[in-house]
Amino acid sequence: MIPILNQATLLFPSKSSNEAFARAAAACFAAQLDPTLEELGDVKTAVSEAVTNAIVHAYPDRLGKILIKARILEGNILELSVRDWGRGIADVEKARQPLYTTGGEERRGMGFTIMESFMDSLRVRSIPGKGSTVTMRKRFSPRTTGGK
Amino acid sequence: MPIRTEEENGRLTVFLSGDIDHATARPMMLELDREVAKRTPCALRVDMSAVTFMDSSGIAVLLRTWRRLQETQSSMEVTAVPHQPWKVFSAAGLPKIIPMKAL
Repeated sequence: MIPILNQATLLFPSKSSNEAFARAAAACFAAQLDPTLEELGDVKTAVSEAVTNAIVHAYPDRLGKILIKARILEGNILELSVRDWGRGIADVEKARQPLYTTGGEERRGMGFTIMESFMDSLRVRSIPGKGSTVTMRKRFSPRTTGGK
Repeated sequence: MPIRTEEENGRLTVFLSGDIDHATARPMMLELDREVAKRTPCALRVDMSAVTFMDSSGIAVLLRTWRRLQETQSSMEVTAVPHQPWKVFSAAGLPKIIPMKAL
């Protein structure tokens, strides 16, 4: 168990207009790790994919809640979990395959692939009918030698 | 969302801008559809220099346009792709399908 140094939570309805807010908020929280612009871009991209998955797949025909928990863990690690209480994923392994999608032409089935390649680790837990939680971690390269 | 375009001798350039995500991709896709249907270009260049962020929704936008142009045997290239969208395209293997140049 890695010690938690700081944490924040964000709860919002599954509206597309909240995607930009969610990724900007996650990037602001990550800023305390003194990230490079590239690392910030990686975090924003991964959050955008996870939130879009919740909007499109968890709540395809209604608005629901999305909860983001952001944590700073010891060792310059950012942990982000994106949770929904939507319809869940019947087959997580299949859903994680590149190009697999149930979202039609506007989704290309690349969401999990991109989350995996932009973050260091990705864990998906889902119960059909109950919802899903995607947990991602990324270790930031330390750039500062002083300060707290 | 209005997309700026330039046309010369059947060659159409569209300039995408701002954030491309699930919220903005659909209007952008429809606007691109309209431009391509209206002008039937022999070549399309998509300039992405003013794109500030893109997630995988952008892949769907470009693949759809590319498929439509393939049907009429028109060419398509994507230019001035900023670093963050480039990483997204690369993770999806898109530069192997559609000719692309980084910013």
